[in-house]
Amino acid sequence: MAAITLTGLKKSYGNAHVIKGVDIAIEDGEFCVFVGPSGCGKSTLLRMIAGLEDITDGTLDIGGRVVNDLPPKDRGVAMVFQSYAIFPHMTVRENVAFGLTIAGDDKATKDAKVAEAARILQMEHLLDRRPSQLSGGQRQRVAIGRAIVRKPQVFLFDEPLSNLDAALRMDMRMEIGKLHKALGATMVYVTHDQVEAMTLADKIVVLKDGLVQQIGSPMDLYHNPANEFVAGFLGAPSMNFLEVEVVSANGDKAVVRNAALDPVEVPVRVGSAQPGQRARLGIRPQYLAPTPDTEPGQLHGTVMLTERLGSETVVEVQLRDKTPLIAALTRDAVFALGTPVNLGFDPAMTHLFAD
Amino acid sequence: MASKFQRSNRTGWLMAGPAGLLIAGFVILPFFFAFALSFTNQRLISPNPTEFTGLANYRQLLGMAVLTVDPVVDAAGAVVLKDGVPEYPAIRSFTRNNPDYPHLQGMREWTSFTWGDSRTYILARDVVFLTAIVNTFIFVIVVAPVQAGLALGLALLINQRLRGINLFRAIYFMPVVVSIVVVSLLWRFIYDGNSGLLNNLLGAISFGAIPQIDWLGNPSTALGAIIAMSIWQAVGFHMVIWLSGLQTISPTLYEAGAIEGASKWQTFRYITWPGLRNTAVLVLIVITMQAFALFAQIDVMTSGGPLDSTQTIVFQAIERGYGKQDISGGSAISVILFVIVLTISLIQRWLTRERT
Repeated sequence: MAAITLTGLKKSYGNAHVIKGVDIAIEDGEFCVFVGPSGCGKSTLLRMIAGLEDITDGTLDIGGRVVNDLPPKDRGVAMVFQSYAIFPHMTVRENVAFGLTIAGDDKATKDAKVAEAARILQMEHLLDRRPSQLSGGQRQRVAIGRAIVRKPQVFLFDEPLSNLDAALRMDMRMEIGKLHKALGATMVYVTHDQVEAMTLADKIVVLKDGLVQQIGSPMDLYHNPANEFVAGFLGAPSMNFLEVEVVSANGDKAVVRNAALDPVEVPVRVGSAQPGQRARLGIRPQYLAPTPDTEPGQLHGTVMLTERLGSETVVEVQLRDKTPLIAALTRDAVFALGTPVNLGFDPAMTHLFAD
Repeated sequence: MASKFQRSNRTGWLMAGPAGLLIAGFVILPFFFAFALSFTNQRLISPNPTEFTGLANYRQLLGMAVLTVDPVVDAAGAVVLKDGVPEYPAIRSFTRNNPDYPHLQGMREWTSFTWGDSRTYILARDVVFLTAIVNTFIFVIVVAPVQAGLALGLALLINQRLRGINLFRAIYFMPVVVSIVVVSLLWRFIYDGNSGLLNNLLGAISFGAIPQIDWLGNPSTALGAIIAMSIWQAVGFHMVIWLSGLQTISPTLYEAGAIEGASKWQTFRYITWPGLRNTAVLVLIVITMQAFALFAQIDVMTSGGPLDSTQTIVFQAIERGYGKQDISGGSAISVILFVIVLTISLIQRWLTRERT
């Protein structure tokens, strides 16, 4: 009903090319997250879908219609903004009913629809308050209420949780996830927070500098990143990258080494590796663990810093060749600063990115 | 890092001192002087000592009375008709040395109307001042909404991203920068009865059908002409205030409105206008206060004439205080104006208060 297809979409402001040709297919009912660092064009792309920004080139298809030149109201979309964008002079009830008022619905219809939206978002008790009397989380609920009350085919979220504190962000994240399951509508969600992307998305689109880096399910992107950028962007703490030299290569296997790393055979998932080539070996901090004895593929270094989180211990290690490395251990452990440490990892869980 | 001057309290006072002294000497002190003098018989230059006269000045300015007189009847009790209309006794017979009507002594007819056979006269001790009050109110009632509305319209027009929009902003704002005295002089030429620009313009577009009008010399057009010019002169100032109000409204609210499908009018009705509340209060109060202070235009263009049709409160205050050297009378007029403006401002604030 409301699949969204972006074909060769481009956006330029004069000579500044912000979106440089993007192709994305979002299926009906899918939760699609655009993620990327600030300035990557993810919000611009969302605003192009909403109709708040002109499309320089390419086609945008929503529900089987090319909507490039349609105004926002004719695209059948609702949008939730980072700054909430709720009207300060209206009560919560009037805010939620805004789209219905604009459409000229009668009072009984409006009351019924607002009541239903309020029930879904558990904010019945807030309906007669004014925005100035609400907390950030409550305001965002109102904004979401205003979006769902019209039952649009497509919901657009522009960093809706960025202005909330950490605890509230997690609550609202779960609420939005539930809302998607309850409504079954297509949702496009923009965030720079990879946790939101990983937890909410059916499909993640990683963007950088106006170009799509990779599209796929969260686990697909996590386990099979297409490039270094995607590998480094998803996962917390970020993936470690070691400058290595390819000693020998054999199809989808290669042996790599560097000053701090004993030669180890790792899989080649992206591209190919040639002997003598420089490459970067990516190891997620979670797959690193200290080992007492000498095993193949060991890293040797000194403990520089530890962060004990209770459930997890994050250790920063300086390797012999002075490169820093982060290890996340899934238990509470104590390391004295400056002590030598040997780290082991499963070579099968690494990612090799050759030039 | 704040410099020594910025931190020193004494330096601050010294810097504010000259301006503070001038304000105290030319605004604050005269304000209290006006109150005090309005209860005396002080004249600008006079050998006689100043005496306290209580409310005499106010009684002189605001004294009014209503007098209903029956037509003149003959011995048989029938109404005497003169040229087909009933004849009434002369007002002078009541207001001049009539021991039966001591409270009407010295009053003059302001207006009158006939009710049945009898005729009702509204008498005033100072007819010119009453005319001035009425003219000022007409001026305010026309100027406040029209100027505020036009200014808002202009602000909405220039609050767009268009090539050369700053040129339009500058053009609309230009009359504000020019002295009102200069503007008034120029408009005197525009309104000229013989070869004025306005008459020529009207004549040209109507092919001579519209006769030449002496806009400032005709009692029925003089006040209107001054109103039109005054609106044009200050509209740019209020446009800028509206513009600043418009720019405080978050663009995201307009985007939310666009997504929800609001039309241009609905966007104005539900987003722009509510966002301009505080600006509206400010603009309305400022225009009202400025309009009540109408003086320079009158002084330059008509001096209150023709036939007192452009008399205003401030013009009367100056005319009386300096022209007739009646400082106490002028002071009393100033105090009356102050009370009027204060009352209206308070009413406006109350009407436009935030309802919760």
